[in-house]
Amino acid sequence: MPVRYNASMAVAIQCRDLRKTYDGKVEAVRGLNLEVQAGECFGLLGPNGAGKTTTIEILEGLLAPTSGQVSILGHTWETHSRELREWLGISLQETRLSEKLSVLETVELFASFYHRPRPAREVLEQLQLTEKADAWVGKLSGGQKQRLAVATALVGNPKVLFLDEPTTGLDPQSRRQLWDIVREFQGRGGTILLTTHYMDEAERLCDRLAIVDHGQIIAEGSPAELIARLGGHHVVEFAASNLEGKAPEAWSQLPGVESVRHEDGLFSLSVREPHLTIPALLDAVEQQGSQLMHLTTRQASLEDVFVRLTGRHLREE
Amino acid sequence: MTNAPSVSPQPSQGQVSGLVNPRWAGFWQLLLARMRELKREPEVIFWVFVFPLLLALGLGIAFRNKPADATSIAVVAGPGADSTLTLLAKAPQHGTVHAKVLAKEEALKAFRLGKVDLVVEPDGRGGYQYHYDPARPESVLSRTQVNDALQSGAGRLDLLPVSFVVSSEPGSRYIDFLIPGLLGMNLMNAAMWGIGFALVDMRQRKLLKRFVATPMRRSDFLLAILSSRLLLMLVEVGLMLGFGVLIFHMRVLGSVLTILLIGVLGALTFGGLGLLTASRAQKIETISGLINLVMMPMWIFSGVFFSYERFPVAIHPFIQLLPLTALNDALRATILEGAPLAAQSGRILVMLVWGGVSFLLAMRWFRWT
Repeated sequence: MPVRYNASMAVAIQCRDLRKTYDGKVEAVRGLNLEVQAGECFGLLGPNGAGKTTTIEILEGLLAPTSGQVSILGHTWETHSRELREWLGISLQETRLSEKLSVLETVELFASFYHRPRPAREVLEQLQLTEKADAWVGKLSGGQKQRLAVATALVGNPKVLFLDEPTTGLDPQSRRQLWDIVREFQGRGGTILLTTHYMDEAERLCDRLAIVDHGQIIAEGSPAELIARLGGHHVVEFAASNLEGKAPEAWSQLPGVESVRHEDGLFSLSVREPHLTIPALLDAVEQQGSQLMHLTTRQASLEDVFVRLTGRHLREE
Repeated sequence: MTNAPSVSPQPSQGQVSGLVNPRWAGFWQLLLARMRELKREPEVIFWVFVFPLLLALGLGIAFRNKPADATSIAVVAGPGADSTLTLLAKAPQHGTVHAKVLAKEEALKAFRLGKVDLVVEPDGRGGYQYHYDPARPESVLSRTQVNDALQSGAGRLDLLPVSFVVSSEPGSRYIDFLIPGLLGMNLMNAAMWGIGFALVDMRQRKLLKRFVATPMRRSDFLLAILSSRLLLMLVEVGLMLGFGVLIFHMRVLGSVLTILLIGVLGALTFGGLGLLTASRAQKIETISGLINLVMMPMWIFSGVFFSYERFPVAIHPFIQLLPLTALNDALRATILEGAPLAAQSGRILVMLVWGGVSFLLAMRWFRWT
């Protein structure tokens, strides 16, 4: 384990065998284990409905688990909820703050709930909302509203920041701004747990990830580790004519190919060394008497990991 | 859970601001935020402050006590119509009867449509036939008036000497009855919408959930909501009574302090009911229906626009157990009769029980998420 994590290496968030069943029927979370180190940025990645929000809301003490244990900064919700509330900063997936209050008034309102808050104006400055301090919340853009939501979480001077889908629906620039804010918080020693269904967000922002599907963690590790575990670091995708009769498995015989997927006439090969695979692929296509219609090669991503693990795409909506 | 090392709460963000919030900072900020929001919502200003005054003005004018209502009658055209008008003009009561001559069919149609209260049909031999409706009080009154006018016009003399004393004091007029009733209804409306609706709106917006994700004390939040209601109540009472006194020369006999105490009690009673109504509803559509359902019986039974004495005596005890009845009765007794609080213990008890039980149930059932 690299020493870039907080010197204390303490566990900030831990849960064991977490389960949540709604109305005795719907199993949203099915035996989930998690350990986030202090100073880490940890991501829960998964499609909509995977149980990410249920998990994070249980960790935040807003939902009671059906069974399982949760410990935040070494304390449980049952015994230390008041202290934990002081130590956590939370941004829910969809909160519509009061539209007729100004940005500054909103942040000051949230600051008043904490024993030792940060000055509201300082937080606005950090989140580049100073210009909008006197604007009504209803007049803000989506990105500004999301930054304000994070401001209400940061004004309590938290040790742990929970962000549920912080950049969903935001434009690229607003997303990058939010990433910078998260990195800054982490740079000052804070711990972050966030949920997302954006692969790029998870890859760029998170030290470690858990891929969640059907209420369970199906893979865990750093983004690089997860991609490496896929088998190849590259993906070769191609389409060619007259290949209907050929079984997808046939392509796995090509040099350097780790696995093959076939979807909508497009073949995806996970490969370790594309410079060996591609010439062999071209020969094979020619031998079949078919013509190549499409060929791309790219770095493998978390999306490939997810598809490999579940057979589905992350954003199937 | 055993091997999880406890993290000592070191400040993660490095700088310590030195800012320490006093105990009631959250309450004051919540109250301030609530008042700011209300102030910035023009609809609230209209429905809470302006609308009740407009209602009082409109009803006060429509039902103002007119000097001896003049009655409109139709005289059927034909022989004898002219002499009828002459007789009416000669009578001492001539100012109270507006008569016009119409063909029989026209006259009966006007009567049916309520444009005239009575149809007088001369029989051509000096006698008369009255068409009237015993179910219409103004029609009955008109028959008596017109008959008296015609008889005395024709020379009938009254046998008994009588004299009249006019009594039209402020305090007995419809507007005097109406203003305390409107005030009570307004306190109910404002509390049910201002608390019940507002809370469900915040729940639907996930704002309640966001609040309880902070160290905010839940009691501070509810206290702030109730306090904002009490502050608005002061303004509502002041406006409504001031309006009655200035525009309609109403006389307020009870002490202002007693009226305000009753106002506080009423606002808290309906605050509790609003809280209870809002304890579970997830959508503003649901709460709108619930609020109307709760208020509807009281609009009808609790004597806002007319006295509940008009309902059968058998159901009076039930009507008097409604919180709005208790509030309206208490306001009327204080404002119009100057009754002290001590004389109203029954009404106060009714309000306390409604408010207290609602509040306790609401605390049990209230959902923050």
